[in-house]
Amino acid sequence: MSSIRSNPETLSVLDRPNSYIGKTVPRPNLDRLLQGRGTYVSDMELPRMAHVAFLRSPHAHAEIVSIDASAAKQMAGVIAVVTGKELSAVITPWVGVLSHLKGLKSAPQSAIAIDRVCWQGEAVAAIVATSRAAAEDAAEHVAVEYREIEAVTDMRTALDPATPVIHASLGDNLAWERVHDAGAVDEAFAGSDAVVEAEFIFGRHTGVTLEPRSVVADWNAAEARLTIYQGTQAPHMVQNIAALHLGLKESQVRVVCKDVGGSFGIKVHIYADEMAIYALSKLLRRPIKFVADRVESFNTDIHARDHRCKGKIGVKRDGSITAFEIDDLTGIGPYSMYPRTSAIEANQVVNLVGGPYTNKNYRARARVVYQNKNVMCQYRAVGHPIACSVTEGLVDLAAMKIGMDPVEIRRRNLIADDAYPCGSPSGLRFEQLSHHASLAKIVEMMDYQALRTEQAALRKKGVHRGIGIASFIEVTNPSAAFYGVGGARISSQDGVAVRLDAQGSVICQTSITEQGQGSESLTAQIVGSVLGVSMDRVRVILGDTDMTPYGGGTWASRGAGIGGEAALQATKILRKNILDVAAVILQSTPAELDIAGNAVVNVGDGAPRIELNELARIVYFRPDTLPPGIQPELMATKHFVPREYPFAFTNGVQAAWVEVDTDSGFVKLLKHWVVEDCGTIINPQLVDEQIRGGVVQGLGAALFEKCIYDERGQLTNANMADYLVPMSGEMPDIDVGHVVSPTRESELGAKGAGEAGTAGAAAAVTNAVNDALSPFGTIITEIPLTPQVILTAMGRI
Amino acid sequence: MKASAFAYARATSVANALELLVLHGEKARVLSGGQSLIPAINLRLVAPELIVDISDLKELRGIAVKGETLVIGALTRHADLLKSSDIVKCAPLLKAAVAHVAHPAIRNRGTIGGSLAQADPASELPACMLALGATIVVRGPGGERRIAAEDFFTGIYETKLAPQDLLVALELPVARKGSAHFFQEFARRHGDYAIVGLAAQALLQGDRFADLRLGYFAVGDKPVLAKAAGRLTGVAVTPALLAEVSDALSDELDPQQDQQATPAMRRHLAKVLLRRSVATLLNRPDLQAGATA
Repeated sequence: MSSIRSNPETLSVLDRPNSYIGKTVPRPNLDRLLQGRGTYVSDMELPRMAHVAFLRSPHAHAEIVSIDASAAKQMAGVIAVVTGKELSAVITPWVGVLSHLKGLKSAPQSAIAIDRVCWQGEAVAAIVATSRAAAEDAAEHVAVEYREIEAVTDMRTALDPATPVIHASLGDNLAWERVHDAGAVDEAFAGSDAVVEAEFIFGRHTGVTLEPRSVVADWNAAEARLTIYQGTQAPHMVQNIAALHLGLKESQVRVVCKDVGGSFGIKVHIYADEMAIYALSKLLRRPIKFVADRVESFNTDIHARDHRCKGKIGVKRDGSITAFEIDDLTGIGPYSMYPRTSAIEANQVVNLVGGPYTNKNYRARARVVYQNKNVMCQYRAVGHPIACSVTEGLVDLAAMKIGMDPVEIRRRNLIADDAYPCGSPSGLRFEQLSHHASLAKIVEMMDYQALRTEQAALRKKGVHRGIGIASFIEVTNPSAAFYGVGGARISSQDGVAVRLDAQGSVICQTSITEQGQGSESLTAQIVGSVLGVSMDRVRVILGDTDMTPYGGGTWASRGAGIGGEAALQATKILRKNILDVAAVILQSTPAELDIAGNAVVNVGDGAPRIELNELARIVYFRPDTLPPGIQPELMATKHFVPREYPFAFTNGVQAAWVEVDTDSGFVKLLKHWVVEDCGTIINPQLVDEQIRGGVVQGLGAALFEKCIYDERGQLTNANMADYLVPMSGEMPDIDVGHVVSPTRESELGAKGAGEAGTAGAAAAVTNAVNDALSPFGTIITEIPLTPQVILTAMGRI
Repeated sequence: MKASAFAYARATSVANALELLVLHGEKARVLSGGQSLIPAINLRLVAPELIVDISDLKELRGIAVKGETLVIGALTRHADLLKSSDIVKCAPLLKAAVAHVAHPAIRNRGTIGGSLAQADPASELPACMLALGATIVVRGPGGERRIAAEDFFTGIYETKLAPQDLLVALELPVARKGSAHFFQEFARRHGDYAIVGLAAQALLQGDRFADLRLGYFAVGDKPVLAKAAGRLTGVAVTPALLAEVSDALSDELDPQQDQQATPAMRRHLAKVLLRRSVATLLNRPDLQAGATA
């Protein structure tokens, strides 16, 4: 790890003796999870709890002519069969738009379809029974008569006049369009020595969380209060939305989020079937449970990507990039998701293309269209893999065209490390990035020249290996600019309350959430370090709207940067309050005292003066022994949101080393490298594993994952045998290196790390495959890079 | 999804299992390792009224060499095949193939009889039975019958087994001196069903094939014993001959289209495997070079 901006003259609050910051320490929640004592929603059992199975549409687009549930209602164990119309008595529909995405339009969506289904898998009735099995038995006896309507499935023809309009009230199938033009693009292309164009195709895929979406809703009519147990990334958002559409006050809704088995952005949205569960509990006045099975996860968890992006790059003979132009098209299903909308990914593509480079000439168009497939929305590294693949694919094509090495062309165009702060032609503002330091480091880590030598030697033996490089930028620590300014009630600030208990242990309540990435650990590390207590004294409570401060949760790589800073600031206050009391007790001054090793000590010689448990005993049980007028405050709360920059951009570079079997079209991933800069690193192991996990999801997109729809809108591979997730057998070793440029927006200096791996992995692999295939003159700009795609491109079949 | 309700009977003997199957016919399904049946039940793709669990029938489990015949009980698990020294000695092709069957957890439960009775055309073991010239031993209401592997597999998930039959064992000729084998499959991920695979068993005489049996899988609705292989036996294999045989193989196969591959791609990969197998078995790298043409 190297730091390009060290600041040795001032010791920060994080550099205290025995600090946990920058150290790999075990997660506090490991024992609970490894001993099987975690609590997931599917573990929940409540008295009188009923189970739901949804009857889902077999058609991509159809009118619901009639629903006959009379036979199902007579079956053993069945409590109710509820249609969309019946449920609409207790829950209102919603429209997934945000005001800052100008022109974005969507149609009202109901918790359960009423009159019409718009994708295969949309719920048409809820069967409530004493067990899931009984509900599924009954579902087979609900007779639904459909009248099929022509399905809109191909995004390329969705806007054609001959294509049916899915929602007549919208007038057409265009959800949103953004056009951006900066600099003088036409002149720049005209003045270029070479201009290269390509169309990049990205498969539709999904997140595949180990634990499926699951919810238990418990309406307590006596309290007029709804408790929602749900694996969500954003409890306060769920609270707000549930209350809004059930006609309740937020204070009437409590959202509890216990352990969550992976999220990746899948669990940051409001799903129609989850809304139906909240409403069913209110309607039937009892606890209702729904756990999505794997088939319905594939059919209803948000999908992502599915872009076709035409790209164009201009370049001079000396390698300088003159202009980028893109025309992006994406199909998002029949509704814009709620409440974050389905236009964000396309918006991000426009924002991010060309982002690492000094080029100022940039033109972009993005169109987002409706179709009769499952809904699409934000999934890990929203828009980044597309922008990165397009940008880095174009840069490699330009390099190939002018005969320049891929590393060299990047060196000549990446924004200089001393050029900050600066902006991008799409309007992004960068506080401090480290593209050149990152590139230099990765070149060294992978021994680039040695790999090139090896590649040339093997090529003579008919072994075709390739190297791919991909620089990237990543949006992290979002302020209100993401959702709040558009009218969504999704908090961009987070809060932490921290208190010293009577035996000197620390309780910390935070509004960020934990889905496996280590929020609990990083919070405890910060609190322990800043306060001067050992981590085992710190208990972190998260995921409960009744118990934690108000905040956004964990998504968009914001937990450490925003929630971590709130924890730091709250703990600083608690520390000051403790030292104030200690000074009184010890007849000293706060400046002469410090806290270390769970005790108040002398600043000068570190000699222990009073144990924290003794201090707490005096404060809580013998306040009468303190001087008059002293009222100790051993609990502190702080909130934080970045204000100066709308996003804390991070940067990095990835490299892939692959071998292509030119007989079979199979790609073998030999090695992968990442250098990234997420600012201050709180726990190196957590960061590295976030990067590796992200890379693996990116490699999945590159080689394996795709939701395959037929022309009638049927998802044909909705199971774990046919939808190929990346597995360990195919994964390469992933070496991770860091450059550290802390953000000055916070004292902590941490930026996000959760999505960097996913942002650039597919771009690196695609560039590597094209590098391997360069002797054959084959260029492929489509992922996943399946053997079928590769053999076809090579003209072998 | 949750399975629909079914009755369950744990068979106490082969005779007892056969009684139950005669009594319930098509409404019953036999459970051995459960690696295909249980997922299908949980997805409600099948809804048997009765599960006849034969997994306790120890007489159906085990590997024995009887003279020139290797006998493998139907309930022998994939993991047992991998560990058996008899398999290494008498049918090493099987060991090479089983390593490609799914993942360790599945190999610990799945049985060879279950795999053969399931008759998934993309699975490894049925093709091995063709290459090895196996005999499938079946017991039914009319007593015991022996069915040649070439006749046993009749279509996708279809065999000569009647609902009242129980697959009890399989018999393989013990590998002779001069035997050689080759196994390779193209699968997107380790443990996946193959896009195309080849189980090849050869008898070498000098630098020629005295016999060559090429058992292809995932190239049609059942495993295929390639007839084209016959043209490579008893002759000196030249690149030109191999190219001719390769074309003949392509004509002989009628592969299906699915999400992984078009028929053209399957034919292409089958030809790649032909070249690789012949080059490997004859130790003639020059023959493989032609594969990129």
